[in-house]
Amino acid sequence: MANLSTVIKELKEYDGEPLVFMEVCGTHTAAISENGIPDIISDKIRLVSGPGCPVCVTVAAYIDKLIQLSKRENYCVVTFGDMIRVMGSSESLRAASADGGRVEMVYSPLDVLKLAKAETETVFVFAAVGFETTTPAYALLIEELENNNIQNVRLLTALKTMPAVIEKICEEANNIAGFIAPGHVSVITGSGPYQTLSQKTGLPYVISGFSGEELLISIAALIKIHNTPRVINMYPMAVTEEGNEIARKKVSQYFEPCDAAWRGLGIIANSGMRLRREYLKYDAGSEGLTEDFLYNEACSCPQVITGKIAPTQCPLFGKACTPEVPKGACMVSTEGSCFNYFVNGRC
Amino acid sequence: MKITMAHGSGGAATSELINNIFAKKFSNDVLCQLGDCAIVEGNAKLAMTTDSFVVNPVIYKGGDIGRLAICGTVNDLLAGGAIPQYITCGFILEEGLDIEVLDKITDSMALTAKEAGVIIVAGDTKVVEGDGGLYINTAGVGFVEEAVDVAAKNCRPGDKIILSGNLGDHHATILSTRMEIDSNIESDNAPLVEMVKSLLSKKIVPHAMRDVTRGGLGTILCELAEDSKCSFEIDESTIPVSREVDGFRKILGLDLMHMGNEGKMLFVIPKEQALAALEIIASSKYGENAAVIGEVKQGEGVTMLTRLGGKRTIKPLIGEGLPRIC
Repeated sequence: MANLSTVIKELKEYDGEPLVFMEVCGTHTAAISENGIPDIISDKIRLVSGPGCPVCVTVAAYIDKLIQLSKRENYCVVTFGDMIRVMGSSESLRAASADGGRVEMVYSPLDVLKLAKAETETVFVFAAVGFETTTPAYALLIEELENNNIQNVRLLTALKTMPAVIEKICEEANNIAGFIAPGHVSVITGSGPYQTLSQKTGLPYVISGFSGEELLISIAALIKIHNTPRVINMYPMAVTEEGNEIARKKVSQYFEPCDAAWRGLGIIANSGMRLRREYLKYDAGSEGLTEDFLYNEACSCPQVITGKIAPTQCPLFGKACTPEVPKGACMVSTEGSCFNYFVNGRC
Repeated sequence: MKITMAHGSGGAATSELINNIFAKKFSNDVLCQLGDCAIVEGNAKLAMTTDSFVVNPVIYKGGDIGRLAICGTVNDLLAGGAIPQYITCGFILEEGLDIEVLDKITDSMALTAKEAGVIIVAGDTKVVEGDGGLYINTAGVGFVEEAVDVAAKNCRPGDKIILSGNLGDHHATILSTRMEIDSNIESDNAPLVEMVKSLLSKKIVPHAMRDVTRGGLGTILCELAEDSKCSFEIDESTIPVSREVDGFRKILGLDLMHMGNEGKMLFVIPKEQALAALEIIASSKYGENAAVIGEVKQGEGVTMLTRLGGKRTIKPLIGEGLPRIC
């Protein structure tokens, strides 16, 4: 492998045709911004952020349902932090909480067990969003509920899977010449699904780790193989071809594939996971939450997460929409592309 | 034994609590008069500050709410170029609090006050319904020498930015305790009196000083940049952080620039005095990892040169941060 300074020099001095690469994963978006990578590489390489931030792709109907549940008597919505600030069609969970709704913030799905055991009269609804990486944790949660006969926990699911949405993005006009494939998701799925995707889309996928160095090397690799159907695993320490079969088995024990609604992208066939019929007793009413709603008409989240425009091209960016007063979900999450552009001064 | 509503009644149980715990541990000539107010010696230029402490949990690795309540107020006074002298403390106790916990926390306060060279001259206790929680407010008075003028407006292009040690320890301690993650990380809560006193005694007067607490280094730098109408440029590779904290924050996706600290001072020092200042800070207690992390320039905002040679703008902490970190 070339040494880092050679790679940096190569990236800085690249003077070939303009290339657009998409990083799908929100953690990659954050790492790219934090390391100042756009400032290191040539202006001819443009990095765009994909739909890999779970909060950013959640539709308004889902948030509205959470808000409604949070205000129901003896109900409590349990969620990861970012979700609290996302606008539904009229308010956010944070506003609902100030208005008498009950919302608890946790760091892991399993944290809900402690809450549920302490208050058996309350129904705790976990806002179960995430990709292939997070779904195994929800499977473990269901297993715990089953094994310990815990009756007062439900999941409101908006779980997503990656391959179908990437295919959908490739159908849009955005000139993407290659993908930085998500590292964490690939730990579970393995590199296998990218072989199929690569053949279908004719584009390269480089699976990358999360350090600045790993990302630079992955971008350099993409330059060499852009617009060709190849897969390179640059994160072999964590990602194998087969992925984590045990985790996938656990997931398919409790969940099954379904069509899913994506913010700004509509319903994509076979791009989500839902509880299997026999475990629907743990569901808080996830079916049919497909309606999307842009809180502000000028909000360009849909174009941002498909890589059609940079966050800074949205008319609301940094004006009506800031991390303090977000209008679109991409400005809320620390993994959201607009949030990252704003706090790190990317343009 | 537990705290009951009677301990806040103002009657016999309150007196017993005051005599057995507060007066006993914080004992000094001023406090022990137990009057309605404390009469103390003064100075021409005084610094005053107050801060409330609601950290959860109240006892954590490397410290507790009592130590924090002294350090927070003492360090705020130091940041104004003052030498801390007197502290007052108000306790709000929730019914059901273990007296053993209060005992431990007041012991820790007394020790920290002694270390910081301050005396606790007045106090108050209230008891409210609740679940055994404990909150402390402290106010502090410090003396400022006539020639000392430490303020953001004094920052000038060319000044060096010195950070007194590793970032993120307190934040990582509180978060890992709450998440029940076992680690060796300990809070940095410490009174930085010796560090600042040593500087001032060598006639090094920083243009500005800031106690780097809950908004983190990023927020403090943005405030300094705005107040001084200068640009603050820092170099990521020089920012001190322990391996454990760096690993912990990367796993959780926390930005080091916005992690809270409770024993770190940021100094803006005239260029020609920077090396001497660094030497003094680094050889003082709690300053062993001090480093020059950047420079004040003409312009505005805060920019970081990243480890890989890129540039990134630093913004203040956005949103809630970690609740009840101090």
